[in-house]
Amino acid sequence: MGIIEARGLARTFKSRRRTVEAVRGVDLSVGDGEIVGFLGPNGAGKTTTLRMLTTLLRPTAGTATVAGADLLRDPLGVRTRIGYVPQAIGQTMGGTDPSCLVLEELLDQAGLYHLRTDQAHQRAELLIGQLDLTGLERRLVKTLSGGQRRRLEIALGLVHQPPLVFLDEPTTGLDPQSRSNLWEHIGRLRSDLGTTVFLTTHYLEEADVLCDRVFIIDHGVIVADGTPDELKRRISGDVVTLRVAGEDAAAGKLLADQAAVREITVADGTLKLTVERGERALPILLRVLDGAGITLESINLSRPTLDDVFLTLTGRSLRDDSPGPASPGPAGEPEPTVAAKE
Amino acid sequence: MSFIRDTLMVFRRQERLALRNPAWVIIGLMQPILYLALFGPLLTRLPAATLGTTGNAYRFFVPGLLIQLGLFGSTFVGFAIISDWRAGVIERFRVTPVSRLAIMAGRVLRDVVTLVVQAAVLVLVGVAFGLRAPVAAVFIGFGFIVLVAVGLASVSYATGLLVKSEDSFAPLVNTVVVPLLLLSGIFLPMTLGPGWLQGVARISPFRYIIDAMREAYQGQYFNTIMVEGIAVAVGMAVLFLWLGSRVFVRENA
Repeated sequence: MGIIEARGLARTFKSRRRTVEAVRGVDLSVGDGEIVGFLGPNGAGKTTTLRMLTTLLRPTAGTATVAGADLLRDPLGVRTRIGYVPQAIGQTMGGTDPSCLVLEELLDQAGLYHLRTDQAHQRAELLIGQLDLTGLERRLVKTLSGGQRRRLEIALGLVHQPPLVFLDEPTTGLDPQSRSNLWEHIGRLRSDLGTTVFLTTHYLEEADVLCDRVFIIDHGVIVADGTPDELKRRISGDVVTLRVAGEDAAAGKLLADQAAVREITVADGTLKLTVERGERALPILLRVLDGAGITLESINLSRPTLDDVFLTLTGRSLRDDSPGPASPGPAGEPEPTVAAKE
Repeated sequence: MSFIRDTLMVFRRQERLALRNPAWVIIGLMQPILYLALFGPLLTRLPAATLGTTGNAYRFFVPGLLIQLGLFGSTFVGFAIISDWRAGVIERFRVTPVSRLAIMAGRVLRDVVTLVVQAAVLVLVGVAFGLRAPVAAVFIGFGFIVLVAVGLASVSYATGLLVKSEDSFAPLVNTVVVPLLLLSGIFLPMTLGPGWLQGVARISPFRYIIDAMREAYQGQYFNTIMVEGIAVAVGMAVLFLWLGSRVFVRENA
């Protein structure tokens, strides 16, 4: 049994004569020691699901076991065993008080988990070292940089050595350097401490770099899950572009017979192939061409990004502030951008 | 018991934060002291019979100012929880095994301690102005304002947490508190008013509490006014404490 097992988790919000089904039956299974990403456009139900799993919101339907405790019957057991780092941008911030000292926050947090004073000091000291907060112990929280404050917030979530940590948008609002620095820290949670990490993000790059597995949620249901690679493959396969010196028709014919090749187009010396798994298909393709004595001029393998996956599954793009060209929207429509936070 | 330990922990945290910025405690005390200094002397010119007191006017006035201090000091505490909520601190606490009721109780305890310190200063300043009252009465008065503060602070925190906006919170509190305050006879006895006003004033719970405190300051501890005052103060504290705690212990926030 996994560290998170959720079945049919649902949450309905009622407001003046209107009923909003924010989450409509989510099934989740997360194994011990996994780093799992929870992706979805704003309003898809990410935060609602996270709030249910962390006992902040009672599900209107469904059951779940979180870190070995029943979510509905033993919420206190869940709270004792999980760490939670709220999102730091939006209506509410990441949970630190601007007028507290860094060390005070860590010691208070240890108190909330009923650690003894000596344990609390030990844990605080250790976490200060682990999360690069050394020298900041006597600083007021409000004087910290964005990255430092976020690391403190993550440290707070780890004070009681939980086997499972929920990170809500851990790097949103940070500069690229702080972000990649934080990725290292999050990666180390698993590699050094064996902690299971469940994070929400809307940076596909983050999911790609960090997560073993990704759940994609849209309109309150999970629309896909798998490793980032699996998801990318499921969508469109990889694209191999080859330039050959002459003989393109012959080359096209030869390659079209290969089992790995799904689709092929040939146009003045350029062959464009859609293949199942690019990294495996390439050596085969090269061998075939080489065997036929056809000379290759260039070769290029491009794989779909998670953004492509996302767009295909949800019809919406997830990007709202990452640099670089966005994937084209369907039928050349302008890409829907999402500005408001969930 | 874990609830008490948790409450004390929240109390220590809030106390530490308050002492880091003690300006607010002093500002909160400024208002009643100004009334004492600038309004009190007017009352001393009125005949004691008008105020319904024996001895000097401060026996009438200081209990009123204590209630005023308690009212303003505790109804506005909800402001602070809005910024705590916005900082994510409330949510952070709610995901830990700490008692959710202690998140409120620790804060209320801090407010009560602050209020008692302020009240002691106010009484001492009153003595400097000429207040003479039995020591027991002063402590009975503290008991009343502690009851008032416990209830009002709880409701204020709960309201802050429900409203979640300082812009709505301030007018809301003013709308409720100012009429109650005016109807309580803090500055002048309600008996001076016309019949209809005296009738309306019966709806303000603080009216009963102030009357009881004034009785105590006269050295009258055992009569109907006292019983009524105690009943209203205890009843209000229990009711408001219960209402406030419902918001903090609910499963969804």
